[in-house]
Amino acid sequence: MSSHGPAPEFTNPVVKWVEARLPIFSFLHMEYRAFPMPRNVNYLWSFGALAMITLVVMIVTGIMLAMQYTAHVDMAFNSVERIMRDVNYGWLLRYIHMNGASMFFIVVYIHIARGLYYGSYKAPRELLWLLGVVILILMMGTAFMGYVLPWGQMSLWGATVITNLFSAIPVIGDHIVTLLWGGFAVDNPTLNRFFALHYLLPFLILGVVILHVAALHVVGSNNPLGIDPKGPQDTVMFHPYVTAKDTIGIGVYLLVFAGLVFYAPNFLGHPDNYIPADPLVTPAHIVPEWYFLPYYAILRSFVDGWWIYEIFFGWWATAKLAGVIAMFGSLLMLAVLPWLDTSPVKSCRFRPVYKVLFWLFAIDFVILGWVGGKPAEEPYVTIAQGATMYYFFHFLILTPMVGWLERPKPLPASIGTPVLKSTGGQSVDQPAE
Amino acid sequence: MSDTVQDDHEEGRRDFLSILALATAGVGAAAFVWPVIDSMNPSADVLALASTEVDLSQLEVGQSITVIWRKKPVFIRRRTEEEIKEAEAVPLSDLIDPQSDADRVQNPEYLIMVGVCTHLGCIPLGQKSGDEKGEFGGWFCPCHGSHYDTSGRIRKGPAPNNLLVPDYTFKDESTVIIG
Repeated sequence: MSSHGPAPEFTNPVVKWVEARLPIFSFLHMEYRAFPMPRNVNYLWSFGALAMITLVVMIVTGIMLAMQYTAHVDMAFNSVERIMRDVNYGWLLRYIHMNGASMFFIVVYIHIARGLYYGSYKAPRELLWLLGVVILILMMGTAFMGYVLPWGQMSLWGATVITNLFSAIPVIGDHIVTLLWGGFAVDNPTLNRFFALHYLLPFLILGVVILHVAALHVVGSNNPLGIDPKGPQDTVMFHPYVTAKDTIGIGVYLLVFAGLVFYAPNFLGHPDNYIPADPLVTPAHIVPEWYFLPYYAILRSFVDGWWIYEIFFGWWATAKLAGVIAMFGSLLMLAVLPWLDTSPVKSCRFRPVYKVLFWLFAIDFVILGWVGGKPAEEPYVTIAQGATMYYFFHFLILTPMVGWLERPKPLPASIGTPVLKSTGGQSVDQPAE
Repeated sequence: MSDTVQDDHEEGRRDFLSILALATAGVGAAAFVWPVIDSMNPSADVLALASTEVDLSQLEVGQSITVIWRKKPVFIRRRTEEEIKEAEAVPLSDLIDPQSDADRVQNPEYLIMVGVCTHLGCIPLGQKSGDEKGEFGGWFCPCHGSHYDTSGRIRKGPAPNNLLVPDYTFKDESTVIIG
């Protein structure tokens, strides 16, 4: 544990009684009051807290919805419509939950982008980063299953497409799909088990989040300069400085969230999901929700005839299997990034070449997302293939190479130095009492 | 810590800001919590079944029917002259839960009550012609032996209250709206 200063003295007798038996109060003091944060963190550092709040909101609204929802193919769609029309504030709970999922991914993608730009995945934070990737994967599973529950056309057909992916696995693929479905197609057994798992996974996410925050508190937060605090002059106490900053962040976040919920609740959704599921009618364009589009684009890029497919996969895997492997591979790239990036410099502020590559990667991710929502026709196929190639090129070739070859800008002596030149880089942090 | 007046003002300012921030957060939390709690209250479709309309035109004298209102049975009996006189003649001092017959009916011919025993909630017998009617000619609850008279009042047994008379209005002579 980084040094937090002396343990607090409590005067209240009830607090002292509890504290002697379970030191929860000194724990909270250490981790959320006295915890030293680098004094130069910007608002990008508030996104972890925003993600935590979103998780709590999703769990609360989710449980309230589960009180009114029926997970049976004959009743699911109508139970959701009943929630929207008859349940007191049901429309509000549903729209918060539905748009909360999108907000969760917006917040988490920005949180990850912060990590990529400032090198927060580098030593000693590799495990923190890996836990984050686990959370992202659990979130994707949860969101996918949650989208199936209203049992609209997109629910059914999205579930059909994604579960069918597993048939690409040689030998056992079809058996795995049958096991997932609990039948011969996505039907009632599938819906029921997705409901059970959708209720379960968020609590697993909560557990991994606790590990994620614990891992963070062991090493301390990164900061925009990417250099370690050298002493108390480089840090501020979490409360009141970071709590106040996060309160502003939360305010802006809730404004955006409320804007979606109250003024454009269906903007991010697909109208076809307001059509009850029909196993005999496939919609013209099956599209997943926006946050899955980049991965969907990577999946669909792998077709017979594409030279990348032919060279790397064609001789041992079908195009379908190649797409699946690449899609999961794209997440694997995130996981192994701490070992791909060879630069000892953390923050892109001092990495002039990698900074440009970061933005190129971000643009590539947006292009993948855009093209993932388009039909699988030219010119979108070629664009998707190019963007897919660049995605893996960025991680596997550019990141390690630039780490070795780049000449970084000189790092400042400490976090305090750039602002304390007049006093020779010395100051003592005196939080006013 | 200095003791100047300036510092006292700043202390007060800081306290004010803290209290204001906490109060605002509290209002925000309450605003979020209320819809969450209220969503558990009866929804519109449940409340729509809160009133039941019953057609009494086919009900003959001395006949009883049971209708469903808010998921519970409601006994409607078109009482005979004897039953009405019997009910009106009982002195209030004889009653476990004193209530005059006039207070339990709008039209003495039609007795409308919730058919749930006020003891522990079983449905009393007495609606069908072959049923046990108890010692007072009304209804008898087989679970723990509560006897109700021709006005549905508890006369003997563990039930504490008379059978509940719901709010109802006669839409016209032969149609009643319960609830």
